[in-house]
Amino acid sequence: MDAKKLNKVDLIFDQEGCNALEVLDKALECTPDDIINDMIDSGLKGRGGAGFPTGLKWKFTRAEDDPVKYVICNADEGEPGTFKDREILDKVPAKVFTGMAIAAHAIGAKKGFIYVRAEYRFMRKTLQKQVDEFNQILKDKGHDFHIELRWGSGAYVCGEESALFESMEGKRGEPRNKPPYPTKNGYLNKPTVINNVETLVYATMIFRMGPSEFNKLGTADSCGSKVFSVSGDTNNPGIYELEMGLHVNDFVDEFGDGDTKAVQIGGAAGFCVPRKNFNNLVIGFEGIPTGGSMMLFNSTRSMYNVLHDYLEFFTEESCGNCTPCRVGCQQLLKGIEAVKSGGKSPSYLDDLKSLAKTMRTSSKCGLGQSVANPFISIIDNFKEEIIY
Amino acid sequence: MTDVKELIQGKIKTFGNNRTALMPILQAIVEDKNHLDEEDMIEVADALDISTADVYGTATFYTFLDTIPRGKYVIRVCKTISCHMAGKDEIFDTLKDVLKIKEGETTPDKKFTLLIANCMGWCHKGPVMLVNDDIYTELTKEKVIDIINEYQEK
Repeated sequence: MDAKKLNKVDLIFDQEGCNALEVLDKALECTPDDIINDMIDSGLKGRGGAGFPTGLKWKFTRAEDDPVKYVICNADEGEPGTFKDREILDKVPAKVFTGMAIAAHAIGAKKGFIYVRAEYRFMRKTLQKQVDEFNQILKDKGHDFHIELRWGSGAYVCGEESALFESMEGKRGEPRNKPPYPTKNGYLNKPTVINNVETLVYATMIFRMGPSEFNKLGTADSCGSKVFSVSGDTNNPGIYELEMGLHVNDFVDEFGDGDTKAVQIGGAAGFCVPRKNFNNLVIGFEGIPTGGSMMLFNSTRSMYNVLHDYLEFFTEESCGNCTPCRVGCQQLLKGIEAVKSGGKSPSYLDDLKSLAKTMRTSSKCGLGQSVANPFISIIDNFKEEIIY
Repeated sequence: MTDVKELIQGKIKTFGNNRTALMPILQAIVEDKNHLDEEDMIEVADALDISTADVYGTATFYTFLDTIPRGKYVIRVCKTISCHMAGKDEIFDTLKDVLKIKEGETTPDKKFTLLIANCMGWCHKGPVMLVNDDIYTELTKEKVIDIINEYQEK
């Protein structure tokens, strides 16, 4: 398999090699089509977790014939185990804003928003000041684009793009049916580019280094690098930017505590990889995709407790709008409790797995659809820990 | 505490007189008086010319938009996996001991409310808690007691 060795890179947080404002000047001189072609050539895929090609998103939004369009930066980072977006906004905000301005130039938007989760409100004053300064710079340059801040109020589901629009529109954060997609009907039903914080910084960096340089990093399916949030049983928790497409094994060699029995890749909504599969799985879109959350568990941890935590999380954060997710999350949680206490036989886990599969196909948004990921991967690999 | 009507009008000036101003308005009221009561929601509905049910529906969806009275300092302890593994139980038990209240309760002097919350994005520095907007990371029993003492004196 085409995989990479662990390689630390420094694009996102690099200050010296990248003056965001110089990049902005350069980008604003390019035509929108050139920008979009560069983005497509770079192979950049969305870094929030879903991995939609960023260039195509911009292209589709540009193609919409509407005088009003929006660029939204999704900073509602809520996936358990993810904390990179806060760090990025804290350390290199100008690169995020620049990415938004480049996107706005490409699609023809005059207004942009950054939607930040409520838990990060301690950043409010600093961030507002930085946004104001950037807006002034844009104004001085004669560029018609303006960024505003919006704040969440503690709902995980609002990280889902259409739920985020609903929240900004003053409604309950319940996801919409798709299609239509945000590129056509986004915020206030206008064509909208919504990108994760990290994706926007990579957009800036692609303009700094050129799409082909970026493309040299990573693999065919997973171009470039990615910021990983490392937590759990590790001696080195924190934020690391790594070249995409590395083996789980190399990751564990670097970050594990020597006793790693499983790695949860992609947060609560991601997959649990047991030790026996460390060797043959790649972290990336050809293997296990991730928004950056990497949680390590050593042999002292009960995988029943881990799964129980995840299911409690989903039960509380489900918006309750669609039945498969609202009822499914509760039943999965009750189900594993019943198996553990002996109220149900171990074979009941198979029924629960089929319920999880039903949720994957019938839930309205990514929240309900992805509960099956941790559920099935933990049940399949650690069945004895769930039962006994 | 600011007059709610004034608060609403101030936000409408910034965010416009339509529903997109709803979240900023509700957030500002909660920030000012730590919760939203029925009268506030009726005021907001009037000002934006939308139904009170819509305002209530939105307010009750979000965990940070409290619709029951809270203390001056709302403490939210993260309970999600990484903080769980790092020892959030001890932190929560310490808080219960020090404040002499249970989860969801407010101290009789209306100073502290104790809540449990989901992931706050500090998984590498658990256990963590928020006191209003301020984050406290890598908590220990001793650290928690010091923090509460500081707030007691505020």
